[in-house]
Amino acid sequence: MSDIPGDLKFLSSHEWARVESDGTITIGISDHAQDLLGDIVFVELPEIGQSVDAENDTAIVESVKAASDIYSPLSGEVIEVNSLLEDQPEIINSSPYEDGWFYKLTPSDLGELDNLLSPEDYSEVCED
Amino acid sequence: MNKTPLHNTHIQLGAKIVNFSNWEMPISYSSLIEEHNAVRNTAGIFDVSHMSVFDFDGDNQVAFFEKIFANDIKKIYKDNKAIYGALLNEEGGILDDLIIYHANNKFRLVSNCSTREQNKQWLEKHAVEFGVKVMERSDMGILAIQGPYALKKILEIKKIDAQVNTLQSFGCMFEGDKLYARTGYTGEDGLELIVPTQDMNHLWDQALELGCTPIGLGARDTLRLEAGLNLYGKDMTINNHPYESNLGWTIDMSDENREFIGKNALLSIDQSKSQKIVGIILQDKGVLRSGYEITHEQGKGVVLSGSYSPTLQSSIGLARVDQGYKENGKVMIRNKVLNIDFVSPRFLGQGKISS
Repeated sequence: MSDIPGDLKFLSSHEWARVESDGTITIGISDHAQDLLGDIVFVELPEIGQSVDAENDTAIVESVKAASDIYSPLSGEVIEVNSLLEDQPEIINSSPYEDGWFYKLTPSDLGELDNLLSPEDYSEVCED
Repeated sequence: MNKTPLHNTHIQLGAKIVNFSNWEMPISYSSLIEEHNAVRNTAGIFDVSHMSVFDFDGDNQVAFFEKIFANDIKKIYKDNKAIYGALLNEEGGILDDLIIYHANNKFRLVSNCSTREQNKQWLEKHAVEFGVKVMERSDMGILAIQGPYALKKILEIKKIDAQVNTLQSFGCMFEGDKLYARTGYTGEDGLELIVPTQDMNHLWDQALELGCTPIGLGARDTLRLEAGLNLYGKDMTINNHPYESNLGWTIDMSDENREFIGKNALLSIDQSKSQKIVGIILQDKGVLRSGYEITHEQGKGVVLSGSYSPTLQSSIGLARVDQGYKENGKVMIRNKVLNIDFVSPRFLGQGKISS
């Protein structure tokens, strides 16, 4: 787990959030999560313009084996979704922290960042 | 928790382990899709030692199987062959599906893992009147080597009798206590090797050295689904009869004098009104899963097994539906109505749907 980018914050349910330089938030799932899920074959993303609440399910990821809910690390309004995932959901397996991002939002409460785990704390969650 | 004799080997190979009916089993070693494709394109090896193995002793074994097995053991009891069929209760409900092997005047039965205790008690209870002794062989493990190159690989394993080359589909032979059978659960050619647990590590290592890919239960499930093979507990349970479970072909009533358990109940079923298991292919994006509701022009149904098919590169499933379905229907996935095609459960051989 030494390869977790240091600028990410996590939910213990394996979603990450990154604060971009323009103040928007990018959201995805961790390397550990994609490894647990196995080959990802389908993703259902939120709608652009949709309001999402922190820790509520906003997306669904389906591996060959099962469907899993994805929870939003932060509240806000969805401004962009990763359309690449529609035809190449396996990108999440190969690049969970970069090309395999899920959606971007404008946050409604940056204070929620304090509720998220640092990479170090998240690593410990994964080892449990 | 039960472990197979190869447990440490699986761990060393980096397998993800899951609890499967109280057995710690490998679900995948690397990528489920890669494992699936290895079996379709070359050869894979499975440790399926969680399955139950029973041997028998006594003079009236044929009569015993005629009574408890809904398929007719007379089809194989003079040959070196295996037969697939169901164990039914008096109500015609499916207790399990299983294979009975016969070779060298011996029978061996292999049934599912989750039904082990039930089957053991059922077999023992009904064996009494025939003076048959039921012996659970927990000292046996099962390896399956499957794929277009499976037999070629097996023939390179020195410890396996080269006579396996002569086995036809569903043919089998004993070599001492080891049983080799041209059976499987993948839709591919290959063998299942039912061998003493102490022989397993050697056979496994040999197969891997020869280039067989280790395959977990995850790919085993997608392989059997593409082949249209039922999974007990998912596609059928004790609450289903064979006619609504695609097992009508295993019910053998050709010998009118044969009274097998469940026969009378089956005779009272109106097959023209029974639901059927049908193959379904999702025409929209998404993945079919167990429990999703289905509708068609003249009725409804439910998805039993659903997954992504690595071979067809779309989502497929088995569904139990009312009769009267035509080519298309609808499935409800998370409040969305999506389109499905009804097809034969044997998805393989129907070619790629789209590419």
